[in-house]
Amino acid sequence: MTHATSMGLDSRKMAFWAFIGSECLLFGSLISTYLVYKGRSQVGPFPHEILNIPFTSFSTFDLLMSSLAMVLALAAVQRGDMKQGKLWLLVTALLGLVFLGGQFWEFSHFVHEGLGLTTNLFGSTFYVLTGTHGAHVTVGVIWLLTLWVQALRGKLGPANAMTVEITGLYWHFVDVVWIVIFTVVYLIQ
Amino acid sequence: MSEQAHATTATYLRIAAILVMITLIEVGIFYVPTFQAVLVPVLLVLSTVKFALVVMFYMHLKFDNRFFAFLFGGPLLLALAVVVSLLFIFYGAVRLRTGV
Repeated sequence: MTHATSMGLDSRKMAFWAFIGSECLLFGSLISTYLVYKGRSQVGPFPHEILNIPFTSFSTFDLLMSSLAMVLALAAVQRGDMKQGKLWLLVTALLGLVFLGGQFWEFSHFVHEGLGLTTNLFGSTFYVLTGTHGAHVTVGVIWLLTLWVQALRGKLGPANAMTVEITGLYWHFVDVVWIVIFTVVYLIQ
Repeated sequence: MSEQAHATTATYLRIAAILVMITLIEVGIFYVPTFQAVLVPVLLVLSTVKFALVVMFYMHLKFDNRFFAFLFGGPLLLALAVVVSLLFIFYGAVRLRTGV
């Protein structure tokens, strides 16, 4: 089933790129808020006291590898190799789950250290920014697992490659947002 | 430009290796005191390179129709303008208030 626009482009893909554009503005506003309040907290914990760079570097590596797995899944589905397609879709989802597990551990650790959502400006802006990103990762993992189940039931094939490509666009966008967050929040303290 | 022409698996693997190497460099220079003076600009450049590699190769913007790049690039530039404007407005206001 084709969904071509008058420009000859797939309408679903065009709509999804427009959606990703709107997501740029959402995350742009959240990153702006974080930067505007950076270093303005009156009480601790402060970023340099609790941010764990080695741990977050591993999370970053994990998310980058999930992006690789996603493009390999798409390439496999496009060439009709559904065995590989299913494998890489599952790997992508599992790497997303590892990232979410890491974020859950990080948030729990921070709360234990005394940083809550309303503790200080750092806590408020940090949890809202990284939490919104984590919510996007959660949606991505559910989406990927849905595709994987469809593939297991034989309902996903080369004819549905555009569906996998759009899922990939979402997943890679979540990855590039994390690339920015990792630099702005964790490395530039 | 075609919507279908994408990179090869070998290219995807090379991009992944580059992304991991850049991340290692980012974390490495974070811990080296010598780089503290230039840490922010270097990290911003490296982050931009990673961002561009993922968008161009994994999201296929390098190979896809340019209209998709417009749909993504327009709002991205607007978001960047919002970030820069808010920083100028906020820190400008603080400077006026404190006189520093």
